[in-house]
Formats: sequence, C-alpha cells, structure tokens
Amino acid sequence: MEQFFTQLTNGLAVGGIYALIALGYTMVYGVLKLINFAHGDLFTIGAYLGLTLLTSLSLTDHIGGAAGVILLAVMAMGLVGIIGILLDRAAYKPLRTSPRLSAVVSALGASIVLSNTVMLVYGPSTRVYPQGLLPSQVFYIFGLPIPVMRFVILGASIALMIGLYVFIQRTKIGTAIRAAAIDQDAARLMGINVDRVIMLVFFIGPALGGAAGVMVGLYYGQITFTMGWVYGLKAFTAAILGGIGNIPGAMVGGLLLGVIEALGATYISMAWKDAIAFFVLILILIVRPTGLLGERVAEKI
Amino acid sequence: MKPAAGRIKKPAYGAIILLWLIAPLFIGKYWTDVLNNVAIYALLGLSLNIILGYGGMFHMGHAAFYAIGAYTTAIINTAWGVPVLWLMPLAGLAAGLFALVVARPIIHLRGDYLLIVTIGMVEIVRIALINNVFDITGGANGIFGISSPTVFGFRINGIVAPAHYFYLVTAFLAITIVLFYLLENSRFGRALKFLCSDEVAAEGSGINTAGYKLAAFVIGAVWAGMTGTLYASKMGFISPESFSFWESVVMFMIVILGGSGNIAGVLLGAALIIGLPEIFQGLQQYRLLIFGLALMIMMIFRPQGILPPKPRSYPIDKLEKNEVSL
Repeated sequence: MEQFFTQLTNGLAVGGIYALIALGYTMVYGVLKLINFAHGDLFTIGAYLGLTLLTSLSLTDHIGGAAGVILLAVMAMGLVGIIGILLDRAAYKPLRTSPRLSAVVSALGASIVLSNTVMLVYGPSTRVYPQGLLPSQVFYIFGLPIPVMRFVILGASIALMIGLYVFIQRTKIGTAIRAAAIDQDAARLMGINVDRVIMLVFFIGPALGGAAGVMVGLYYGQITFTMGWVYGLKAFTAAILGGIGNIPGAMVGGLLLGVIEALGATYISMAWKDAIAFFVLILILIVRPTGLLGERVAEKI
Repeated sequence: MKPAAGRIKKPAYGAIILLWLIAPLFIGKYWTDVLNNVAIYALLGLSLNIILGYGGMFHMGHAAFYAIGAYTTAIINTAWGVPVLWLMPLAGLAAGLFALVVARPIIHLRGDYLLIVTIGMVEIVRIALINNVFDITGGANGIFGISSPTVFGFRINGIVAPAHYFYLVTAFLAITIVLFYLLENSRFGRALKFLCSDEVAAEGSGINTAGYKLAAFVIGAVWAGMTGTLYASKMGFISPESFSFWESVVMFMIVILGGSGNIAGVLLGAALIIGLPEIFQGLQQYRLLIFGLALMIMMIFRPQGILPPKPRSYPIDKLEKNEVSL
C-alpha cells in the first residue's frame, strides 16, 4: 500500500509533465491536423534554456529560490514559444497546401535538426540541473513520506493547464482558436486571422512544452539532448489516449498515462517501463482510436 | 518505340554497374566495406520501398523486421551451427510472420498514425531485445560468434575480406533488383501503386486494399529479415543498438530522399546517405543535422525525391491490341 501511494504520486507528477507536453501536440493537431514531431525537441530546448538561465543569471540568489525559478521558467517558456513560431515558419508554413504527409516528413527533419542543434551547442553528455532551488522537504500523508517536489510539479502543471483551458474557453482569442480548429475557411470568412491563430498556437504549445522541460530538469536533476524523443512519444501517446485535438483529453490522458506507467513499472516490470506507454498507444489506436474523450482518427483515406 | 532519352541512359547504367563490380579491386578494404554497407542499406531501402514507395504506408519500424531476421539467424546459428545462408529463408519467414501479426490490426490507420504506431513497434522490439526475452537474445550485449557465410565450401569473412563479401551481397542485391522490378510491373505492383495514389478509387474498382497493403508489408518485412541475415553474418555479432529507431529513420530517408517508388532512386538514396558521410569524414558530427535539413528542404522543393518514378502511361491503341496489359 505504501508503495502504491508512492508510485501514484510519482505517476501524477510525471503525468502532469506528459499532459503539458501533450497540450502542444493537441493544439497544433486541432488547428492544423498536423502531428508536430518536433514538439518533443522543443521540450528539450526548454529544459536546456532553463538550465542556461538558471546558471547564468543569478536571479535565484537575488529574489529567492522559488520566485526566481518561476521567473526563469516564464522566460524559458517565452523563448521556446518564439522558437516554436520560427519552427512553423521554416518547416510547416511552406507546406500548408501540400499533402499532409509532406509536412510530417518535414516535421521529422525538423526534429532531427533541433535535437542535433542542442547536442552541438550543449554537448552530448548529460547535464545536471542546480539542486536545492525548490523545497526538498518530505511531506507525510498517513505516515507515508512523499517529496513536496511532486506536489509542486503537479500543482504547477495543473495551474498551467487550467490557465490554458480558461483562455481557450473564455477569451475572444480562445474562441478564434476554437473556430479555426473547427473550420479554417469558415473562420476566415468570419474575419478571423487564421495565420495569427496558427502563430499563437505555435507559441502557446511550445511554451507549455518548454515549461515541462524545466520541470523535468528540476524533478530529475539531469537532462540529455535525446530526452525529447521519449517524452515526445509518451506525450503524444497521452494526447491520443485522451483524444487528440481535445484539450481536456490531453490533460486526462497525460495524468492517466503517468499513473499507468508508474504503477506498471512497479507491479509489472521496471525494465519494460518505456514499452508500457507504447503498448498503451498501440492498444488505444486499435481498440478505441477516438481516444477517451476525442475525435475520430482512423479514416479510410 | 521508346523515346530517345530512354535509350541514351542505358550506357550510363551499364557504366555504373561495371564500375560497381570492379570497384573492390581498386579502392581497398575500408572503402569496400563502405560499399558493402551501401549494398545492405540499398537492400533495406528497396524492401521498405515496397511498403512506403509503392504502398504509400508511412512505416518507420522497418528496423524491427531487420532485427528479427538478424536475431533469428544469430540465435539458430550460434545454438545449432546451421550455416547462416541456409537461415536466410527462415529469417525472412520469421520477419514476415511478425509483420503479418503486427500489421493486420494497424494497417487501416491513417498515414501519420501508422507512422507513430510503427515507431512504437520498433521501440518495443528494441526494449524486448535489451531485456533478453525468453533468455535467448543476449540482452544489451547481444550475440557473439555468428559464423561467416559459406559459398561452395568457401568461407566469406565480411570483416577480414570485404571484397569477397562484396560479391555475395552484390549478387543478392542484383537478384532483389530484378525481382522487385518484376514485382513493380506485375498486376500486384500496379494495384499497389493505384491504391497508393487513390485509395477510394482503388477500393471502388474492386481492389482488396487491406489485403494488398498487408501483402506489401509482409514482402517488405521478409526482405528486411533476409538482409538481417546478411548483416549478422558479416559482423559476426549483433546487439540491440544496431536496430534502434534511428536505423529506421535512415532507411526512411533513403527512400524519401532518393525517390520513393523508384528502384533507381532508392539505390541512389542508399549511396548518398551511407556513402557521402564517409567522404566528408570531418563533418561526421553534423551528419544528422544535414540530413534533417535535407529532409525539410526536400519536402518544400522536391517532395517526390531526387529520382521520382516516371509516370506510366497505358496508350489506348496498344491496350486494344493487348500489347500492354493492365
């Protein structure tokens, strides 16, 4: 039972990270019907930029650990968002009218370019995140030791997700995004600047992914240039699990996948941990391709 | 009567074939080994081309079939000492059976989803190999001591004498090219291309689209499996590292960059992607970066690849005289 709760909270923390990345896939998919394969690498860039900011600006010394980390995370998010917009300009915008699979191949190319750029800039070895910036206390629930960090990560993810949800549902720009996701041509006729919507989507999605990158750095303490690949695939699985194109679906899918993986690693096999997500992916696409809350993905064409 | 341009090219092809055949006499061991790798990747590219080029299915798990062929060879060869070349059909069969089982439920998925699922598949296979499934794959260290192929009692060690191995792999490549050329122009090949260009129309004209796609998947897998035998017997050892997702990416790029759906294009793709980085040794660390950029630029300016297939035409007057058959 003790192990169950420990793994459950761990799964929820990791699941929150998956969910944040999954939101980027789902938003881009919702508007462009494109799987942005380079999204996982934007997440990696977020982690590395976060590290650079943490180590080069001594903000955390001046304004305190937690507040400094939040400020730096926001800066990393902004930078990754801008890289997301540039990525769209370079890799996807020229292909808006091409067959969708051309854009998919271009996305793969972009993914290779981004991850190798990170490797050339930061070197191929694992990098260590500064420790002790966030509270490292252990919290006791029914006598079970649970690191506070898990709640911080989960809480931050949920706050960002709720923020996005409210933005999409309540604001005028959010309405424009939803309209463009339903029918771009009709949205254009209604006077919505769809290009601007796409730009915004390519800012918000990568920014959330960048935040997830910083969280992984803080949570695990180390980052590598290839990690975007595994996290990207898992977050994509989470998006599919919840129903791709569906924002609440990405949140539910992410948290669920994190828990499934953590419990699977404990009760089935640690060595097969990474394979569990892929089994879930294949299973969900075969059994319920719409995902838990989502639209249809298997088409005849 | 063929157009003149078609005939001028033939001597060029002849010259390339001749150069290829005599190359090991002049270029030394290292570069012969590079050519061996080009040939192996050409085989992999050609087998993937059946699925991706003709069938239009975005399959990025091809390394899994290659791995299954190589491991089947390695396990049986090291356990019972069966000569490796005899194991080639068995390796093909194992990969083909695996393809049949995994492809059936996923074949109907739309392009980008199929891509993701096949990536998942190759990762699961790799994790299974690392975790030493059934205690026969040797875990992360892989399997050592695979014997070299023997032809008429003559042992061909791919590492010590790459030139001998070169002629073996070239022979297999030549057979493959001829077979795949015949396949491309057969009823099966034409049906595949048709359903690739317009699946709804193909289904409407009574083509069993799912059946054809599955068959393409299995043929491609069988060939990748047999290539796995060649690879395992060349190296003498195999490990899960050689069959990672990146191997699939390389195969994918060979087909896409060279010209998906065209045999000559795939061969060119293999030569460029495996051969060129060897020439620019100093740029080794930028290799993947350049490939990634090349993929993006290709998709924007020339999505059909460097050598796309020529569109076939079926002149009506010849059809009536039964000179060409649909």
